[in-house]
Parts: sequence; structure tokens; C-alpha cells
Amino acid sequence: MSDGPISTSPYLPQKGAGALLSVRGLSVEFGTQNGPFKAVKDVSFDVEPGKTLAIVGESGSGKSVTSLAIMRLTDYTGGRIVGGEILFRPAAGEAIDLARASDDRLRQIRGKDIAMIFQEPMTSLNPVFTIGNQIAETLMLHEGLGARQALSRARDLLQKVRLPDAERLLERYPHQLSGGMRQRVMIAMALACRPKLLIADEPTTALDVTIQAQILNIVRDLQSEMGTSVIFITHDMGVVAEMADDVVVMWKGEKVEQAPVREIFAAPKHPYTRALLSAVPRLGSLTGQSLPKRTPVTVIENGEPKLVGETREQDTARYDKPLLQVENLTTRFDVGKTFFGRVTHRVHAVEEVSFDIYPGETLALVGESGSGKSTIGRTLQQLVEPTGGTVRFAGRDMAAMSSSDRRKLRQEIQYIFQDPFASLDPRHTVGYSIAEPIVVHDLIQGRASIDRRVHELLEQVGLKPEHAKRYPHEFSGGQRQRVCIARALASDPKLIIADESVSALDVSIQAQIVNLLMELQEKRHLSYLFITHDMAVVEKISHRVAVMYLGQIVEIGTRQAVFENPQHSYTRKLLSAVPIADPQRERAKTRIDGEIPSPVRAVGQEPAIHRMREVEPGHWVAIESEPLQGAA
Amino acid sequence: MAAAQAVPSSRRRFRSMEFVIGLLFAGTMTLAVLFSGFLFPDGGESMDLMARLVPPFTDPAHILGTDPLGRDVLARVVVGGRISLMVGVLSVLGAVVVGTLVGLVAGYYRGVAEVFLMRFADVQLALPFILLAIMFLAILGTGIDKIIFFMIVAQWVQYARLVRGSVLALRDREFILSARAIGVGNGRIIFHHILPNVLGPIVILMTLNVATNILLESSLTFLGLGVDPLIPSWGGMLADGRTYLQSAWWVSVFPGLAIMVTVLGLNLLGDWLRDLLDPLGQTNK
Repeated sequence: MSDGPISTSPYLPQKGAGALLSVRGLSVEFGTQNGPFKAVKDVSFDVEPGKTLAIVGESGSGKSVTSLAIMRLTDYTGGRIVGGEILFRPAAGEAIDLARASDDRLRQIRGKDIAMIFQEPMTSLNPVFTIGNQIAETLMLHEGLGARQALSRARDLLQKVRLPDAERLLERYPHQLSGGMRQRVMIAMALACRPKLLIADEPTTALDVTIQAQILNIVRDLQSEMGTSVIFITHDMGVVAEMADDVVVMWKGEKVEQAPVREIFAAPKHPYTRALLSAVPRLGSLTGQSLPKRTPVTVIENGEPKLVGETREQDTARYDKPLLQVENLTTRFDVGKTFFGRVTHRVHAVEEVSFDIYPGETLALVGESGSGKSTIGRTLQQLVEPTGGTVRFAGRDMAAMSSSDRRKLRQEIQYIFQDPFASLDPRHTVGYSIAEPIVVHDLIQGRASIDRRVHELLEQVGLKPEHAKRYPHEFSGGQRQRVCIARALASDPKLIIADESVSALDVSIQAQIVNLLMELQEKRHLSYLFITHDMAVVEKISHRVAVMYLGQIVEIGTRQAVFENPQHSYTRKLLSAVPIADPQRERAKTRIDGEIPSPVRAVGQEPAIHRMREVEPGHWVAIESEPLQGAA
Repeated sequence: MAAAQAVPSSRRRFRSMEFVIGLLFAGTMTLAVLFSGFLFPDGGESMDLMARLVPPFTDPAHILGTDPLGRDVLARVVVGGRISLMVGVLSVLGAVVVGTLVGLVAGYYRGVAEVFLMRFADVQLALPFILLAIMFLAILGTGIDKIIFFMIVAQWVQYARLVRGSVLALRDREFILSARAIGVGNGRIIFHHILPNVLGPIVILMTLNVATNILLESSLTFLGLGVDPLIPSWGGMLADGRTYLQSAWWVSVFPGLAIMVTVLGLNLLGDWLRDLLDPLGQTNK
């Protein structure tokens, strides 16, 4: 254990002297079937008191393992620290090496001196205890407070993270809170004992942008108030630019670059950092241009950065006859029922939504969770029955179609899901999955011709024909999404509904997939309904944008109009919440508050339908009777 | 992780310990039982009252000794396997087919079909097994075919419940939704996408139930509801040898060992089969 690469790593005694945490030559191994796998190789960095260090990297870079190793939580996930030291200076007492500390000592430090927030706030809270009990437990354990004292401290903490009505919140259970509120509770718990160091592992990745902006704000305020150091693990360069003082870039388990945040963005040195930064979609990069644009992506090939792709304006849309016409589409789901089966509450997922999609056009449907954007996609794909309204595809009314025509529609409209792994059957080879639409719709006869078509499709999406024999788990995330795209293309569709299809991917992969989608649009004259919450990607890919809020479209128009001249207060709020990958930029002072209200309503309490006005040709905005809560 | 795919799965497939030992155990027993008529033409029924309760490994004519009626234990173990294996395997196969179909339909279509089938299953689970057996076999009469039929009736419920539960978890998974989005029909979704994903637990329950059913047959025979008590079966021999356990252990230990070896072999083969069916099988051990 002691003969790790510690001797080979450059030991920097002076620099680590004032640091709160000093990681030296850390290596972590996981035992696998094929021998040990080194997830973290010889990583060194310091965390200065009161500062924020961001560890950036894509999936598999070892950034999360590094953070777990600092708390020695790797012990519980099958990992082993095989080299290096983690020197930590607790509030009281001498600096200790966490890599070798006893379990008892570690238990004292965890939660008290070093606290952690995880990505998924639902799974990190225990569902059977109230919020108050869970926060009080930490306080009673580490601070030795009595139950009543601890509860009143818990209330203060909840107020600190700006949760309204803290008194009543103490009595609530985790499932009664929204994702953003739960993450705030997690922060309150983490900060309960005023830790010296807070490790935040992708704390806002699962949250909506406006909620993310709130959380980042809270973390920043509390940090300056309490003087906590923060290690911020993220893949989002925008968040890095907003939060970090120093940045460590990790790639394949190694630290490839470390620098103050401004330097990283201004003059990245390592090829990987450059590739990473070039792939980050930047809001505002297409200002002044009317068409979406494909731009080359830097990829690393044999350790060298290489530009792939071409710069090309996406001049594919033909605005003569719409391919898809949606009029007053309404989709509601029954929820609460009385004992006798009478419906008491409904989710008003989609309310009177109307839009058109033209051949070769990309319409982006933007909104946060619960806005009904996915329900629209699913209704169009006939996965959900609409409650009202009409949908016309190529001029034909969907409701009036025979069942065989409806089946045919499932060939002409295809759907790409967010999580490519979940949407591929794990028991079948990807070749089988890609061939399935061909077989089901009887498009090509004969095994050999089908195989040939599958190979063609794989090549079109940038994979190899021999990949057809592999199973989904043998691919990386980006490759899997390519498989899903090949599957969608197999039935030769006219319209593809992409439901958050690039949201779960690493940025460099995301940029490549976006380029692939745009390339396919040009070659095959596809229309896309691009459903997402990511404004920066929307800017890059879409011709027109529709912004959704609580089941209704509040603003629709060309991308340029909506992004450069946003009219609705919610659109503005959404745009201002996006973290910008530019540390030079003044941090937004406006505080965004408030949550999106629930779309669940009692029967009889129908929501008011917005009336729209045309602010410029083709740019429609909902008339606001009263401004939204907390709008910018 | 990438290195795991270096070994072609076809070669890895037959190299596992589970497969080799499982095949050895279950295969030997099955072969012996299949050729029992050839090996022991007398069917293990010839009695030699002069050679009662001969201990094993003393008399070359009776390697595993003899029972209280002077019948050769080895012959009876091999011949007895015929009834036991037939009952064990056929009843399980029947129950699996019925239960899986019902579970798939109930879990996938939900609604009235589910309510009806699952309440029916609950009622049946609530009836004591022995009561059911007495009622059933009293009406139908006894015999090996009736026993197998009865066991199917008594056990399909377990599979139906298991499969329904798995289907409920699967039907909302995204790959099912994505199959539907492509235009895949219900039948194809059930048999091409859901069934392969529920086979793992079914196979495990199957291998466990083969053992239970071999023993059940003996309980029924003991109660006089099973096969003709004169026909040797493993369960029957265990029951007979019970009274001599103090003085002549071999009468019941050898049929017990036969059951153990067969069941162990089948369980190992079941584990192997489950891994084989699961492309991820190598990782979740």
C-alpha cells in the first residue's frame, strides 16, 4: 500500500503548506474480472481555505472516484486507494492522512469536517424519515445537541438555504418536496456542522436550469458566509465558469491540467482541455445569424486534437406545406380517484398547444420538467392518447386514420429517447434492434438484404458493420445513442422526435451527435421535433423554437427572434438562468426564485388558456395578465 | 471492461464450472435412469428374503446393500429415478408454461384479466396443499399422469405471480416504450422483448421446484394419493427407509443422495442457463 507511485510524483511541500486539503499522488484501483482497473492515476491537487476547486471531466474520467476517495468512501464501492496521501487539516488537531486514517477517525470527520452532496437528492434522503429528523440526526451525532435544540437549528438551516415555510417543512417527507427543494435540504444537511470542506458531486445535473441557478447561488452565498472550501465535481463548463476559482481537468483517470479558472478558459494548454472547451455549446454564439449552423468539433485522435466536420449553414427547411400540423392539442392524465372511481384530480400536461413543423425543419420544444414537452412528443408518437385537438400529418387527420394508417404513421414518425441504454433491449444485439422496425413494417424481405441494410445504417451513423453483433452494454453512451439514431432511421421516417436525446451525453459526444443529426437532416431531408431543456443546444440546432411553461406554449418564433428578442418573462428567465462558459463575464446579480407550480389540478379547475399576440411576423407571445413570480 | 469481450462468448459458454459439474451430475443420473430397464431388467423388484438388510460394499451382488425385503438398493435407486424424474421434470415444465403465459397476459394487459387471474391465484394459494391434493386426487383417482397434472394445477400460480411481477416492472421500461414507438405489436413485444427478460428468475424457480416436486410425489404416495406404492421411487424409498434409519441407514441414504446429486446438477445447470440467457450475465455474479 505504501509503495505506490508516491515516490515518483512531484512532491510540492511549499504549495501544500497552507492548503486545507492536499492530495498527493492519489491512485485508486477497482478489482474487476480482468484484474485491477486503475480509475485514478497519480492525481495531486490542493484545496485552499475558502476557495472553490472544480474537478472537470467526462464520464469515466475518474472525477467522482477522486471525490469519493477523499472521504474514503471508495472502501464501500469496491475501490482501494493504492497510493498517495490525502492530507486534511481539521478544525481541531493536526493534519491527518485520510488515506491511512482509522475507520473511527474517519467517521468523526465525515459529515462534520468534510460534507458531501450527491447528484440525486431523492436517493440520498431516506424516504421514511421527515426532513427535520434527518437534519437533526446529523446535529445530534456530531454536535451532541439535544433533540429540541437540534430541531430548532435544523429550522434555521432550512431558512439559510432559502426554503420558505421552514417550520412546516421539518414535518415533511422527502417525496413531498420537489427536486430543487430536496437538493436544498441536502445542502442544509451538509452544512449543518459548518464543515471546512464541502464536496459537491454534480449537485445540479439532475435539476432544471432555473433551479440550478438558485442552487448555485445558495452554495456561493453560504460559502462566503461560512468560509467553506468547496470541491465542485461537474461536467458542465458553464457551471465551472460560474463557480470555480481553480480548475482541475481530468481525463482517463489522470489530471491533465490545473489552472485558475480564467486561465483554463483563456489559454487551455492540454489538447484534451482544448477539445472539451471547443465542444461546449455557448449561448449567444449564433447571435445575428438566422440559420442554425454546423461547426467542426475537436476530437482527440491518438493524443492529438483534430478538427472533424465542416462549417455549414443548415439551409434545409422548406416553408411551403407543413409536414405536421398540431392544433389545440390537449393531453390530460387522471390522477386522484375517489373510492368509487370518480376522478378528482388531473395532470394538465398539455393544454391547447398549436404549432406546425415544415419539411427539413427543426422545431425545438423548450421547457423545464413538468412543462409537458415530452407529453407532446409522446402524444404525436401515439404512446399517449390525446384528450382533445387535432394532429395532421402530411395533411391527414390522425384521429380519422384507420388502424393500419396509424401503424404506418409509426414508421414515418420516429422517436429517440433520452437514455439510449434504457431504450435498447439488453437481451438483443443492436443489429436485432436496428432491424426490428424493418421487420415489423415489412420494409425489406430476406435476411441477407435486411442485414445489408443494418450495416448501411450503422455506417451512416458512424459505427462499423461488425458492431451489429454486439449487445448494448458493450458500447459507450455516445455509441449507444448512435445505435438509437440508426434504429430510428431504419424505417426511413420523415419526422424524428428527439426527446432530450443529447442531454445525457458528455459534451464532446453531444457536439458530435448534434452534428450527426444535422448532417442526416440535410442528407435525408428530415424534420426534427427537438425536445430539450438545454438552451445552448437549441440555439445550435433549431430553425424555430417554442417555449413551454405549464403545458402551454408561451412563446414561439424563429430561433433568432426568440433568442435575440425574447418577449415573454419566462423565456427571459430561462435564458438568464443558463450558466455561461465564460469566467470573464459578470456573474448575474439577479436572484431567481420560485418553483414551477404543479400541473395537477382538481377537476373543474381548468387552467386559463393564454391568448397569443404576434410581435413580429411568425413570432408569437402569450399575453401575460400578471408577471411570473421571480421573473427577470 | 473492454477486455471482457476479447474472449468469444461461444467459447466461454461451455467452460464454466457450473456447466461441467452440472452436466456431470444431472447427466449421469438421467442416463442411468433412461437405461434402467437395460441395466436392471427385473425393475428392482426381485426379493431375496435370505439377504435382507445387507450392508453396502460387502456383497458384490448388492453393492449398495439391500432393503428389508432383500431388494437391491442400487437397482431400486436407478429404477426409482424413472418415476421421480418424470414427475419432477414434467410437472415443472407444465407449470412453467401455464404460469408464464398467464403471468405475461395478466401483467402486460392489466385490467380485468389481471384482476380475475390474480384473485383466482390468491384463492388457490390460500387453500392448504394437502386438502387440495386429497380433493383433487379423490375425484380423479391416482396414477402418475394424475399426479403430474395435479402438480401443474397446484404450482402454476407461483410462476404466474413471479412472471406478472417481473412484467409489471418491465412494461414501463423505456425499451418497451421505444419498441412500441417503432410500431411493434403487442404479441411481438411480449414474446420478443418481455419474455427473454423474465426468463432468469423463471429458470431459478424451475430448478428449485424440480427438487420439491420429487419429494412431493413421495408425500403423496405416502398418503396413498400417489403412484402404486410397490413401484419404486426416490421419495417412496426415503419414506420406507425412515423406520430403519437407526439400524440400516443405507436404505434411505442412497435414494436421498440420488435426489441430492440430481437436484444439485439441475441447479448448477439452471445457474449456467440463466447466465447464458443474459448477455450481462458475467457481470452480476
